[in-house]
Amino acid sequence: MLVITVKMLKFAALFKIILNRIIMSDNKNNNILEQLTKEDYKYGFYTDIEMDMAPKGLNEDIVRFISAKKKEPKWLLEFRLKAFRYWQKMEEPDWAKVNYPPINYQDIIYYAAPKKKKELENLDEVDPELLDTFNKLGISLEEQKMLTGVAVDAVIDSVSVKTTFQDTLAKHDIIFCSFSDAVQNHPDLVRKYLASVVPVTDNYFAALNSAVFSDGSFCYIPKGVRCPIELSTYFRINAANTGQFERTLLIADSGSYVSYLEGCTAPMRDENQLHAAVVEIVAMDDAEVKYSTVQNWYPGNKEGIGGVYNFVTKRGLCKGKSSKISWTQVETGSAITWKYPSCILQGDNSIGEFYSVAVTNNMQQADTGSKMIHQGKNTKSTIISKGISAGRSNNSYRGLVRIGRGAENARNFSQCDSLLLGDKCGAHTFPYIKSANETSIVEHEATTSKISEDQLFYCKQRGIDAEKAISLIVNGYAKEVLNKLPMEFAVEAQKLLAITLEGSVG
Amino acid sequence: MLLNIKDLHVAIDGKEIVKGLNLSVNKGEVHAIMGPNGTGKSTLALAITGREGYEITKGEIIYDGEVINNMEPDERANKGIFLSFQYPVEIPGVSMTNFMRTAVNAQREFKGLEPLPAGEFLKKMEEMKKLVDIHSKLTKRSVNEGFSGGEKKKNEIFQMAMLEPKLAILDETDSGLDIDALKVVAKGVNELKSDDNAFIVITHYQRLLDYIVPDFVHVIYDGKIVKSGGKGLALELEEKGYDWIIEQFEA
Repeated sequence: MLVITVKMLKFAALFKIILNRIIMSDNKNNNILEQLTKEDYKYGFYTDIEMDMAPKGLNEDIVRFISAKKKEPKWLLEFRLKAFRYWQKMEEPDWAKVNYPPINYQDIIYYAAPKKKKELENLDEVDPELLDTFNKLGISLEEQKMLTGVAVDAVIDSVSVKTTFQDTLAKHDIIFCSFSDAVQNHPDLVRKYLASVVPVTDNYFAALNSAVFSDGSFCYIPKGVRCPIELSTYFRINAANTGQFERTLLIADSGSYVSYLEGCTAPMRDENQLHAAVVEIVAMDDAEVKYSTVQNWYPGNKEGIGGVYNFVTKRGLCKGKSSKISWTQVETGSAITWKYPSCILQGDNSIGEFYSVAVTNNMQQADTGSKMIHQGKNTKSTIISKGISAGRSNNSYRGLVRIGRGAENARNFSQCDSLLLGDKCGAHTFPYIKSANETSIVEHEATTSKISEDQLFYCKQRGIDAEKAISLIVNGYAKEVLNKLPMEFAVEAQKLLAITLEGSVG
Repeated sequence: MLLNIKDLHVAIDGKEIVKGLNLSVNKGEVHAIMGPNGTGKSTLALAITGREGYEITKGEIIYDGEVINNMEPDERANKGIFLSFQYPVEIPGVSMTNFMRTAVNAQREFKGLEPLPAGEFLKKMEEMKKLVDIHSKLTKRSVNEGFSGGEKKKNEIFQMAMLEPKLAILDETDSGLDIDALKVVAKGVNELKSDDNAFIVITHYQRLLDYIVPDFVHVIYDGKIVKSGGKGLALELEEKGYDWIIEQFEA
């Protein structure tokens, strides 16, 4: 069973990528795939409901257009409009330690139907740098073809893989589908929980997402069910291009368990620069949710041109007693990351965890961390954050631990480590602690270190070259977090760290 | 000749430490390098292995027929030069097993060989651990992290056994060792010694040379080899100290 799961994961990886129409790496030449994706634009834009794409810009009509396109019920349109009206009155936040030119929100296309990707003849047509990355990640030739959209002779029976997967879920009454499907087929659940963790008024990007979200994932684990497989977005039926405003809602009912994987180690490039996703998790009594992310969006080139702005709101509500939500993330991509996966520990004895490795190289900027909001009695939280900065990048940890008045005996442990490679990068830590209960214990540890010349020389003296040595040392440094990832993810994530830091030592 | 050092001058931060040193080492030989503190013994070891900041201002290091003055440290290692560090460094989070496997396979790759299959690698680890009397738990721990002084030194010899170098330099491997650990280290060296490799043993004390018997003993003073002899020289030094040689040299 385990073997099958791993295999399925791989197949699915292909899917997501094909469907996302992505192409990658900082290629010098305009590769064919990139040209293909650009072609989309030449058809022009109309508001006609029959058309596949909305015109540029954002106004109430666009919001209505998106909702109509998705045949949404009236309450959801109202939800979007309310969010949009609120968003219009909001200011874009500027407190994060990141710099970017102003975003022109009227220059973005907020709705585009997913398109089929054209097939290439063979791998020779694919950007060699991309193939090189695939080889380093250990992705097989067959899979490389699938990933890049090259026609494959021996057709992998992905349909049957997906069917098996769906059968397993159906047997346990687990709902796992696209957000759009959930709106049509499980409107009561969606209505009950949507924005129950991240209100539309929460922040600028969450409000924007609430107004224009394109699609995403929905997951419901019924009472007492332990989901037997790792759920991955790759597998979702109708895994259409969810685009830049993804919405995820995950509900774990009493006594259930689920491990959810998001993202992919393969480099992802798409034409959308702004990504503002929202992820909401609700865990009822004794439920446990493990949410793992590997993020490797296009980081821009070495000079900081291009790259994705990844402005994400992720929050879990430990609603029930003794519930548990764990966030594990490996962040290596994006030009700018603004992301604070958080837990609201409402239920007594509930547990929140955040394990993060954030790597920045070249001109990347990351301002990331977590919030642990303790409300219930005997609530516990752990934050382990490992920042790695190289090149001329800036990497900040920003975290809040808040202990509410009623959170008797709450406990938090935070550890924020920064590792610097070279002397042109920056590491910053902004921890906030607010405690309103005297019985609570909050601990914060922080270290900043550099890879020492002694360590490098020791490795080299054993025959290990500089890049392998850096990779070895960095993976050792991040081990505590990598160990929290599901196995198949962890191995790829390790290789990914090495690839991200390539060229960071002279 | 495996190693031929000709008129070597080495400076650190512009200050000359090694000042015209000559040394030839053939395969199958054990050379002991002795001398008071601060005379250039460790500097010589680090210059041979290519540590950054150890600038060769004059002379040549010829290894296996090739001048290696400007060669990267990892390439020197891959060509068979090994250093048992005086102060082995800790690498948190990297298990000894993983570290060793990376090193062994890097060296195999350099030689154009396939990576060693996991089973064979672990088997070899077990064998070599026994050789230096290393507790199995030690290899599961992070590199040198929380190791005692003796464990660190044994671990160096263990790595040497795994990597099978042609030229091994032991930089004060005996310092801080109790007699039992010293015997273990010496046993490791003696078992690995063959007609195809050579050892340079840097030490303050005659003690180690009771167990690792050198073919040649050299005394370094003020960055130069000021006296060379057979194993008897070490005994003489033990008895009389270095002063008589220094006096001879300075006269």
